[in-house]
Amino acid sequence: MKLDTSGLESCSSVHLSNGFTAAPSFELPSSTDFDGFQKKAIQMVKPAKGTTTLSFIFKEGVMVAADSRASMGGYISSQSVKKIIEINPYMLGTMAGGAADCQFWHRNLGIKCRLHELANKRRISVTGASKMLANILYSYRGMGLSVGTMIAGWDETGPGLYYVDSEGGRLKGTRFSVGSGSPYAYGVLDNGYKYDMSVDEAAELARRAIYHATFRDAASGGVASVYYVGSNGWKKLSGDDVGELHYKYYPVVPSTIEQEMAEVTVS
Amino acid sequence: MSIFEYNGSALVAMVGKNSFAIASDRRLGVQLQTVATDFQRIFKIHDKLYIGLSGLATDVQTLFQRLVFRHKLYQLREERDMKPEAFASLVSAMLYEKRFGPYFVQPVIAGLGDDDIPFICTMDSIGAKELAEDFVVAGTANESLYGACESMYKPGMEPEELFETVSQALQSSVDRDCLSGWGGHVFVVTPAEVKESTLKGRMD
Repeated sequence: MKLDTSGLESCSSVHLSNGFTAAPSFELPSSTDFDGFQKKAIQMVKPAKGTTTLSFIFKEGVMVAADSRASMGGYISSQSVKKIIEINPYMLGTMAGGAADCQFWHRNLGIKCRLHELANKRRISVTGASKMLANILYSYRGMGLSVGTMIAGWDETGPGLYYVDSEGGRLKGTRFSVGSGSPYAYGVLDNGYKYDMSVDEAAELARRAIYHATFRDAASGGVASVYYVGSNGWKKLSGDDVGELHYKYYPVVPSTIEQEMAEVTVS
Repeated sequence: MSIFEYNGSALVAMVGKNSFAIASDRRLGVQLQTVATDFQRIFKIHDKLYIGLSGLATDVQTLFQRLVFRHKLYQLREERDMKPEAFASLVSAMLYEKRFGPYFVQPVIAGLGDDDIPFICTMDSIGAKELAEDFVVAGTANESLYGACESMYKPGMEPEELFETVSQALQSSVDRDCLSGWGGHVFVVTPAEVKESTLKGRMD
């Protein structure tokens, strides 16, 4: 099969008078609002994913959890997406927004972290890694990237957690939730959060927050996966199908008839 | 987003041997937010006639109330229940009355007519009838429902198999749709009895 390159040749034949070849170019779409057109065109090819992700710091380390649904409009395109990305054995990133943008820039961050490790003979701090990502994203600001992520990990200073987004924002904190289901997750998280939690308690809180978000938010669902980052690196604690989790949390009790209607006896 | 997809819905009706089944999901949402998981979209007109209304919840309830009113007037004047065919024409006429400001619903009508011959039909929001011998679907999950019904339907099913088929078709379809699901509601109607069931399903 021969590759069809006819689309690329249209301007390669343009020669300037002094013999130089003009740089290849293509015609711009005729539009009064080209920036708006471009923005809309980008939105068309980007699968907008509804998501719920959360992360919080507690006594023993950092807990990270997420759902696993990918949707395109009303259609559920996958129920098994990995939204928690393993950057290196001590650092995790979460995925909300454009899937490709998140995946690519987290992989890119992983490479940069490894290079830092080789150059400096020590692991990069969570602060440093998140700032690297935020700076990259800021350099692409306004070009249509869509990333909403949390960088969670363990470094020489202990547990670390940062929120980073494609608008260039970078926030340090102890409790974050990102995505369309985040208001619901925050509700459960803020209500049940205590700094002095055991790993099991924290994992259960994270799981419950994700479950409640998937229940209320139509664009979140699938599997609630929970990761824990401690001084020995991250570990996946659980991955529960939300479909089963609901009936575990709220078992169906057969309704008892409290009072039955009886015929009135006509005397 | 279309006004038909504002609340989210899934509806299906299927014909069996001297019987029919009509099923819906139970979600009521406001766009992506799930507000209730016990919403009713299938209504009884009389013992052998049911209507399911997909689309905008407010119009579903208003239209149902008007349909009950019209059916009661018919019963008083004629001293008998409406045949499914006549009821379908009534719904169609009432929808077309609002041709330039329609109810945002897509109805599914299912009933047993003379000699218990099953009748199913669907309509668009302005009353264009579409009769079918096998199954009809409506709602935000309609594309998945077509796929599921197309592959699972067999002609002449007994009530037990019909229930299983319609439930599986509904469940697998709403699992591919964000805006519908959160449990199901199934009616299997035979000349002798009506079996009403509530389905457990994925709650996400």
